[in-house]
Amino acid sequence: MRIEVLYFAWLRERIGVPRERVETEAGTVRDLVAELRAREERYDAAFSDVSAVRVALDQELSDFDAALGDAREVAFFPPMTGG
Amino acid sequence: MPVVVQEDPFDPGAELSRLVAGRRDMGAMVTFTGLVRDTGAGDLRHMEIEHYPGMTVRAIEGMVAHATERWTLGAAHVVHRYGRMAVGEAIMMVATAAPHRGDAFAAAEFLMDYLKSRAPFWKKEVTDRGEDWVTARAEDEAALGRWS
Repeated sequence: MRIEVLYFAWLRERIGVPRERVETEAGTVRDLVAELRAREERYDAAFSDVSAVRVALDQELSDFDAALGDAREVAFFPPMTGG
Repeated sequence: MPVVVQEDPFDPGAELSRLVAGRRDMGAMVTFTGLVRDTGAGDLRHMEIEHYPGMTVRAIEGMVAHATERWTLGAAHVVHRYGRMAVGEAIMMVATAAPHRGDAFAAAEFLMDYLKSRAPFWKKEVTDRGEDWVTARAEDEAALGRWS
């Protein structure tokens, strides 16, 4: 399936793009991260510590064990610093 | 508009007057305004705030809806900026109005705690020494625990 992957803050800077379309067979967010890490060093570095990364599926906060299901958009970002 | 996410500066006083305009049943108004603060080293050039446009407003509206269910409020407004801002500029504000002050205070604190850690904003400080993403603080995450 084809999914839109978004990156924010230092993840965006390390990976070098704000968003990209990814062809994947991953079942869960964790599987998708493993696929991305296997692609290139910049992904591997960005996701080296997933405890520092948060994820949203279709713009709702989620977690790494969540099934991608028919999500159209996955976003990765560091812990939020609003307010 | 109870939730506004914008790049432009805003006027906290004007927001405040709008909050209870025409209301006769509100006895209390609580506001919090967050400002860009210089670093300990005193060399902040400006702050940059990134956000997730598709998610931000909806996430904050969810927080406001939750606060409105939990406390007796007449109004709850959130304004949050993104983009570049200078030291001393207002970054965001939360304003709540209620018949009684207890509800207004509690709802404002609740909204602030959630905005800190659950609204998709990321702050970056640009100083004479370079650029740094602001790290989320464990205390801010822990503060959410008191509302569950």
